[in-house]
Amino acid sequence: MALNKLALNCVLGSEVRVLYNALSKRTHFVYQPDKKAPVDGEKTKMNMFQAINSALDTAMKTDNTAMIFGEDVAFGGVFRCTIGLQQKYGKERVFNTPLCEQGIAGFAIGAANVGATAIAEIQFADYIFPAFDQLVNEAAKCRYRSGDQFNCGSLTVRAPCGAVGHGALYHSQSPEAYFSHTPGLKIVVPRGPIKAKGLLLACVREPDPCIMLEPKTLYRGAVEEVPDADFVSQIGKADILRKGDNLTLIGWGTQVHVLLEVAEMAKEQFGVSCEVIDLVSILPWDKETVCESARRTGRVLIAHEAPLTSGFGAELAATIQKECFLKLEAPVSRVTGFDTPFPHIFEPFYLPDKWRCLQGIKDLIDY
Amino acid sequence: MSLSKISLRALTRIACRNQAKAFSNDSPTFPGAATSWTEKLEFLTPKTYGPIPVYRVMDRKGNVIHSEQDPKLSEEIITKMYKDMTKLNVMDKILYESQRQGRISFYMTSYGEEATHIGSAAALDLEDLVYGQYRETGVLVWRGFKLSQFMNQCYGNTDDVGKGRQMPVHYGSKDLNFVTISSPLTTQLPQAVGAAYALKGKNRVVICYFGEGAASEGDAHAAFNFAATLDCPVIMFCRNNGYAISTPSREQYAGDGIASRGPGYGIHTLRVDGNDVFAVYNVTKKAKEYALKENKPVIIEALTYRVGHHSTSDDSTAYRPKEEVEHWSKTESPINKLRMHMESKGLWDETKEKAWLEEVKKDVMTSFAAAEKRPKPNWKEMFQDVYKFMPTHLKEQMDQMEKHVEQYKDKYPVKDYAN
Repeated sequence: MALNKLALNCVLGSEVRVLYNALSKRTHFVYQPDKKAPVDGEKTKMNMFQAINSALDTAMKTDNTAMIFGEDVAFGGVFRCTIGLQQKYGKERVFNTPLCEQGIAGFAIGAANVGATAIAEIQFADYIFPAFDQLVNEAAKCRYRSGDQFNCGSLTVRAPCGAVGHGALYHSQSPEAYFSHTPGLKIVVPRGPIKAKGLLLACVREPDPCIMLEPKTLYRGAVEEVPDADFVSQIGKADILRKGDNLTLIGWGTQVHVLLEVAEMAKEQFGVSCEVIDLVSILPWDKETVCESARRTGRVLIAHEAPLTSGFGAELAATIQKECFLKLEAPVSRVTGFDTPFPHIFEPFYLPDKWRCLQGIKDLIDY
Repeated sequence: MSLSKISLRALTRIACRNQAKAFSNDSPTFPGAATSWTEKLEFLTPKTYGPIPVYRVMDRKGNVIHSEQDPKLSEEIITKMYKDMTKLNVMDKILYESQRQGRISFYMTSYGEEATHIGSAAALDLEDLVYGQYRETGVLVWRGFKLSQFMNQCYGNTDDVGKGRQMPVHYGSKDLNFVTISSPLTTQLPQAVGAAYALKGKNRVVICYFGEGAASEGDAHAAFNFAATLDCPVIMFCRNNGYAISTPSREQYAGDGIASRGPGYGIHTLRVDGNDVFAVYNVTKKAKEYALKENKPVIIEALTYRVGHHSTSDDSTAYRPKEEVEHWSKTESPINKLRMHMESKGLWDETKEKAWLEEVKKDVMTSFAAAEKRPKPNWKEMFQDVYKFMPTHLKEQMDQMEKHVEQYKDKYPVKDYAN
């Protein structure tokens, strides 16, 4: 195959390699761009890393206390999210740190303690665990324990998360559930470029410490028309992406695109009308939107890449069960990653892909 | 020719020439270190260098050894130093006893380490930001935290600015630039570094206190390295008191204490007699000057001894000899040392001592009794400040609890809490 040869001939050309990877990769989803822009005005076609870059640029431009730091952010970041920002805003505001996640998180909390806007990057969400203590014991509890004398509300942590086709154990994880158990934090996951820009600007300006988990497979894979304007997407608000009457599908991040495709398949194959909800915000989450939909459809399927046991789906399922008990026609179903580490060559069998979700829908209908 | 007169171009030329020389004259050119070759195969050992000496100003009798090292503080400052150290001591005694009587749940004394608190606090300005561990109560005393404020926090009553949420001795004061204490050890170190980075150019330093046990945490490594590479004006102040609860320092590290680590990170470092308030004052003063001028960190290791138990939950006789403690509380007491110094200069005497101790004891008892009488904050404060604004799910939980408490009010200590 020509591309294969090309890739072999240009092993040093990283762009080619990325292109080759993208084309040869077996992706488990088809990206569905956002059709509606949240604000009027000029738009630019962007992928998700460019939208994040645009949000960071806006954050830096509109707030001269804002600073961006982490491992390898100075040259533009390993996913290109911070490209051009050091040239534009200087080494004092966009800088590399030593390779130490607990240091990055602690440093960010301190900067935020004295009022600076700290935008920290953890290179992969898989490597956020060394910072778990700083985020869970410190960032989350800073305001509470001091009686609101001190806070680190101007802190945002960004971390690439989720499956990428070949990331194996430590370049694929979705750690949102660990953090969802931590009062004081806010956690969001964008489904694409527009949402990423709006959510990141919301996180940066939110008066509470925020973690944005960015599905890395969307950095290049998701392209849409992103408003040039400065806008925010509300934290704590879910989006209904597709209206439906028979079944509610709930997901976030990349999984939303799997569910949108599955909804179409379910309509074609079973004549079932599925409502698709992007939860967007893990903490706090939009109980009202979710439960309203569940009460209307009576059947709910939750899907996430992270493992089943104690995954965030469990929280949703328990709440739906409590709030919508009399309206449910079937038990709330969860289609998720398995209770194993995230494997390398077995990824196609691990993910809650469209076929497993479709089967889940069928089981719900047949119940 | 003065350095400032060398033009930038000349500097660049020199740099280029040096680099060319390095490539041509067989010097190592590895990017990881600027160094020279050796053909001698030899371990570098802790013995390659002698231990870092301890800087002192006074001898054990409180005499200034070299007059040029005397900070020559005013009578007023020296007296405040002494009074604050003893005030801390009296407060410690009373609160420790009150915990033994079950009147507060927990306490940690500062016995033996009073000079590290007061000496360093006196060398800084109120504008300088403090991050502490938990045994730095004297810094707050120096800055003017009132006795009533200490008591209110330990009792968690309506007047506690922390709203009764944390354990006793977890003090904090926005007004006094003292960041609220938290229990997880060492987490404050990288935070202090981040704060110092953000405060660069504002003519303020950040001081961060921690014990030698805490220095074993990963966060200490993170903080030293970040402070050095990111050029942060922060003073890392280590209280090396020989013990982390029951663990003696010989089980904590095998190197020359904490100070020897400083140069490894490229950090200017000082080791000081932590029981000599003037020595602590001098090193902190110098550290601040350097940190501000160069925008760089300093590590201070104050050698001292933890005279009291680790906390009220600890009985230190289980792991260390009584004689050792006696030696430090009598012969090496930082308070006695300063008192001897003051007496030799005619600044203090037995009459003053008696009157002062009586006065401060009375003050402590008065604020103690007042704090004990105050109610605890409304229990609904439990739900506030988790976030800046209360989210819906928390509001729901609060409302549920309100209904529950209404139904079961005889089962909860409602009357002890404010309405």
